[in-house]
Amino acid sequence: MKSGSNLEKVLEGGYFAVTAEVGPPKGTSASVIQKKGNLLKSYCDALNVTDNQTAIVRMSSLSGCVILNGMGIDPVMQMVVRDRNRIAIQSDILGAVALGIRNVLCLSGDHQKFGNHPTAKCVYDIDSIQLVKTLKTMRDEKKFLCGEGISGEVQLYIGAVENPFADPFEYRVKRLAKKVKAGADFIQTQAVFDVAKFIRWMEMLRDEGLDKQVHILVGVIPIKSVGMARYMRDNVSGVSVPNEIVTRLEDAKNTKEEGIKITLEIIEQLKEIDGIHGIHIMAVAWEDIVPVIVEKAGLLPRPIL
Amino acid sequence: MIVGKQKPFEEIWDMIKNFKKLLVFGCNTCVAICHAGGGKEAEILASMLRMKASVEGVGIEVKHAAIERQCEPEFFEPVMDDVRTSDAVLSLACGVGVNFLSERIGNIPVYPGINTEFFGAVEKAGIFTELCAGCGGCILHLTGGICPIARCSKSLMNGPCGGTSNGKCEISQDVDCGWYLIVERMKKLGTLEKLFEIQPPKDWSTGLYGGPRRIALEHIDDLEAPEERKES
Repeated sequence: MKSGSNLEKVLEGGYFAVTAEVGPPKGTSASVIQKKGNLLKSYCDALNVTDNQTAIVRMSSLSGCVILNGMGIDPVMQMVVRDRNRIAIQSDILGAVALGIRNVLCLSGDHQKFGNHPTAKCVYDIDSIQLVKTLKTMRDEKKFLCGEGISGEVQLYIGAVENPFADPFEYRVKRLAKKVKAGADFIQTQAVFDVAKFIRWMEMLRDEGLDKQVHILVGVIPIKSVGMARYMRDNVSGVSVPNEIVTRLEDAKNTKEEGIKITLEIIEQLKEIDGIHGIHIMAVAWEDIVPVIVEKAGLLPRPIL
Repeated sequence: MIVGKQKPFEEIWDMIKNFKKLLVFGCNTCVAICHAGGGKEAEILASMLRMKASVEGVGIEVKHAAIERQCEPEFFEPVMDDVRTSDAVLSLACGVGVNFLSERIGNIPVYPGINTEFFGAVEKAGIFTELCAGCGGCILHLTGGICPIARCSKSLMNGPCGGTSNGKCEISQDVDCGWYLIVERMKKLGTLEKLFEIQPPKDWSTGLYGGPRRIALEHIDDLEAPEERKES
């Protein structure tokens, strides 16, 4: 075991993993995290805590993870390279490991232009692939990026993200291979709505043999409303929402139920794809739908390892 | 070249309105090409300031002048009388010119008339694009001659990130994704496999982050030293 985290045990044990997202509050209340943790803990193997997602200031991912960890939940600490240089990143990693956090997900982070401090100076000292490699070096060689030694074990299960729908389509898999080479143990993808295109991407990934080297967890976003579907189709960079889904929601008598139905259909198709090792549910502002989806998708009970 | 953009007129007016003798001072190299701060722009801005002063009923004597480059000492001599007899100088040079003059003219304040923007090229008439970040550690040989530091909004070394869509950057549909351009260019050159290598973290100390930079060419200094000695 690299980290001994629950997520690692589930994935290395060959189970189909379920993770979900916990968005921290724009405030100081630990109970927001605790409520979401309690709601999701029996339905997921690990919970991601986002890191100032869309560049909007929220409670730090590290603190959210500590709160979840105290509840017996396996947290995934998301870490973007937008706001921290290599000094702060490595320091936060040492602290996170000391506080019992074992899973770290490495991301570039949305540009600060999208957030509530668009005039901020961004950092981007290292990029997400370099972050993956840094964490691997810290764990396996017990060395900082500069080569100096680290005292103590750095037990980490290293995650990275990939967007199968971003451009250039053919190059995405090559770039994913770089993340795997850098040391990613698991990948959480951007949300998949266009399953046909995703299947093509997975074929390319299998051709490179990557499915044997890394665990792929596919991103799933339950759609709550027609407006949300249209917004994601038109405005969210790199998300591909087929018109057919938008039309189905427009025609539905009960939009939420149709949204759940669509999500379950997508999960059903994803489970059939060779090389998929789990799903990652990002139910932004609709966390209470996660238990429903996990149960209806036949993914209960979660393994106790 | 260095690309600049003239500051809003009201901001300029607020800087200089309390002076009696103002010199609007253009620079005829980079910032003239981008129509921000050459002799022509200095002349136009000077007359706009005269009009504004007369509308406001304020007595300001506004002169204008321009030299080839405000970043080299040898060009200043012909205008130094005008500079020294002014209460303030509004320099339309890039920030380099403003700094350079400020350190050399005693107690006369020098104000910036333009915002210095970037190192860029003339994409076509009237359109200027940032192409280099002046980071002091060029890696263009690895990226098909297209700079990820200047042209990727996140200066990623191993891009593109997940925000690229239809060749555009996540920050705006008007901004090309630098890494999309790099990948397409490397494909054309038949060197795409170079990108499969993981680029290590960049040494940013060669750039502004390492502190203000200075280059001293010893062989040039050696040649000039005897001349200086002769003069003195």
